[in-house]
Amino acid sequence: MNNQKVLLKVDDLKQYFPIKGGFFGRTVNHVKAVDDISFEVYEGETLSIVGESGCGKSTTGRAVLRLDEPTDGKVEFDGTNILELNKKEMNKFRKDMQIIFQDPYASINPRHTVRQILTEAMEIQNAVPKHERNDRVKELMETVGLGAHQIDRHPHEFSGGQRQRIGIARALSVDPKLIIADEAVSALDVSIQAQVINLLKKLQREFKLTYLFISHDLGVVRHISDRIIVMYLGKVVEIADKKSLFTNNMHPYTKALLSAIPSTDLEAKKERITLKGDVPSPIDPPEGCRFHTRCPFATDICRTKVPELRNTEGMKDGHRAACHHMEAIRSGEHQPTVNA
Amino acid sequence: MTGAPNPSYDNILEIKNLQTSFFTKDLEVKAVDGVSFNIPKGKVLGVVGESGSGKSITSLSILRLIEEPGKIKGGEILFKGENLLDKSEAQMRKIRGNEISMIFQEPMTSLNPTFTVGQQISESFRIHEGLGKKEAKKKSIEMLKLVGIPSPEKRINQYPFELSGGMRQRVMIAIALACNPDLLIADEPTTALDVTIQAQILDLMKELQEKLDMGILLITHDLGVVAETCDYVAVMYCGKVVEFTDKKTLFTEPKHPYTVGLMQSVPQHDQDVDGDLAVIRGSVPSPADMPQGCRFAPRCPFATDLCRNKLPDLETDEEGNQIRCWIYSDEWDGDPEVNVHEQSKSTS
Ligand SMILES: Nc1ncnc2c1ncn2[C@@H]1O[C@H](COP(=O)(O)OP(=O)(O)OP(=O)(O)O)[C@@H](O)[C@H]1O
Ligand SMILES: Nc1ncnc2c1ncn2[C@@H]1O[C@H](COP(=O)(O)OP(=O)(O)OP(=O)(O)O)[C@@H](O)[C@H]1O
Ligand code: SF4
Ligand SMILES: [Mg+2]
Ligand SMILES: [Mg+2]
Repeated sequence: MNNQKVLLKVDDLKQYFPIKGGFFGRTVNHVKAVDDISFEVYEGETLSIVGESGCGKSTTGRAVLRLDEPTDGKVEFDGTNILELNKKEMNKFRKDMQIIFQDPYASINPRHTVRQILTEAMEIQNAVPKHERNDRVKELMETVGLGAHQIDRHPHEFSGGQRQRIGIARALSVDPKLIIADEAVSALDVSIQAQVINLLKKLQREFKLTYLFISHDLGVVRHISDRIIVMYLGKVVEIADKKSLFTNNMHPYTKALLSAIPSTDLEAKKERITLKGDVPSPIDPPEGCRFHTRCPFATDICRTKVPELRNTEGMKDGHRAACHHMEAIRSGEHQPTVNA
Repeated sequence: MTGAPNPSYDNILEIKNLQTSFFTKDLEVKAVDGVSFNIPKGKVLGVVGESGSGKSITSLSILRLIEEPGKIKGGEILFKGENLLDKSEAQMRKIRGNEISMIFQEPMTSLNPTFTVGQQISESFRIHEGLGKKEAKKKSIEMLKLVGIPSPEKRINQYPFELSGGMRQRVMIAIALACNPDLLIADEPTTALDVTIQAQILDLMKELQEKLDMGILLITHDLGVVAETCDYVAVMYCGKVVEFTDKKTLFTEPKHPYTVGLMQSVPQHDQDVDGDLAVIRGSVPSPADMPQGCRFAPRCPFATDLCRNKLPDLETDEEGNQIRCWIYSDEWDGDPEVNVHEQSKSTS
């Protein structure tokens, strides 16, 4: 992995959303949706972001695309810090970075035919010469498995899985390098979900695409990813190659998250780490380690000092986690401080 | 279902050939098309199936909550041996939220936003048990404690919007269980929740189910949830039950090609799949062009002319498991050695 080219590099990214209030509509506080995160995406890989609702997954994806203007940090795409670009310069990069959403219906114009939807995307990015666009649309339809004969249909005439294919075709139409998929298969029935996942993998092989794959479904993530980021309350708590994340995870939150997923393996007698309580508010996140209010291993240091993302003995290169006690938890020296 | 034949009073719920349709402008949508299943007393039945297969309409039919243009056309719904379809609306009102409770997927839409949590639970105690104000409040606090809400004396004065999603779902469960029902119907009760919260809620439901010895009808699309909470499973497809088994059989020897496809197409977090995922080709037929034979035939890798022309019946085997597929009948006209566990992996 290490000698692979870095396509996207995110440094110290912060996204604080202001909360207005009081008599004068002043900013009284902030939602610290993403709070100082860094990661790299290698060309041709699938890097997934997982974590519970509200932990900042979508915000990260949107900030990378500048759909929301980040509060602070750097986003380097192919060596250029795109946060410093003006609108015109940015537009050149837009075609290289596309997004697919959970609900394809919300992001496509229901009155347009598929042909119009795809042609329009190419027009906006000025991606394909005008006289070639029609052929390109047909080609795209075949690529995503819809068949060129359906080209003049409207979105409502397609099933959910087919509409998601339209969303994928639209993202592909401008020949991007990076695709951010935000819960792109989450709303689909499992039988349809498998079709779309297989398609995404096939397209990646064919067009050397790089995916930033946002999902809360760890089964899907295990299948599709090369590497995985686990987020909790605006922070990265662990980042690792897929194998390490599922078999050699270090952070107590990662362990709890994995153990909470119901398993279809009837034989597996697993120990569930039940977390108490709810995720705290990102407006006023806990001091120190943000997970300490729910962590069975928390001690005084966890309540005051923010743990760094770091690699330690027994972890593969590139695998990092942010927990003060990870060595002692692994060796068994540090046992839960509260009964979980 | 295993073992001795069960007289009707062994089952808290018995549904026989239930039919519920929606009559739209130009066609009849047979949302529930001859559904039959039993829930033995004190057991948990899981209902799984694709979106639109009729899971929610089945549960709304049990409570007789189908609205225009929908209509329950026929069948029987035996609750403790008595047919709910013969009851008057007044009798049904007594049964709902008393002997049969329901929790929905979105607690926000089923909790009343203008009343406090306490008022909503108390109401159930006052109506169904005729308790006074003070008694009802005391019982409400106990109930909130039972479902694991910290400092219930304070929470009882809060409004639904002041609670997190997980807590609202707990309140829903508290209300549903306040009347000590014999049957709980839970329609995707944890789908909108995070997995760590889902784990808390499922543990709670299981614990209370054992304590109160109630039957549960649990609708879910998550096979992991089925594996961890259910005793029996009904798999629905296009308004019909295609397979009904005990849980173990479902996960070890599923029989219906749809069930097998369903199980193989879900990527699991605790195992690796090499290469592509197995898929079920195509998609669910629309009500306007429902296949005349087996509803699954257009997507089934094993379909024969028999399948395409004639609808198979739901047959019961010696273990009491049920299957609706020609492969398991004497009339099967395809490969006699067919192995339903070998399905193709393709993206089309
Ligand atoms: N435009 C906004 N203004 C204010 N707060 C916001 C805005 N967008 C997101 N947030 C908040 O930022 C936090 C992170 O939200 P985000 O949508 O990134 O979460 P997520 O991880 O994608 O969750 P989910 O799994 O539910 O999609 C949440 O607390 C959310 O309420
Ligand atoms: N009010 C209505 N009018 C017309 N058709 C309806 C109505 N309500 C439901 N249906 C149809 O009845 C069928 C069964 O719907 P149902 O809600 O039971 O599906 P489900 O199995 O619960 O799906 P999901 O997993 O998406 O919740 C669907 O085809 C649906 O379109
Ligand atoms: S740093 Fe402390 S609170 Fe945070 S995960 Fe590790 S043990 Fe738990
Ligand atoms: Mg999101
Ligand atoms: Mg439903």
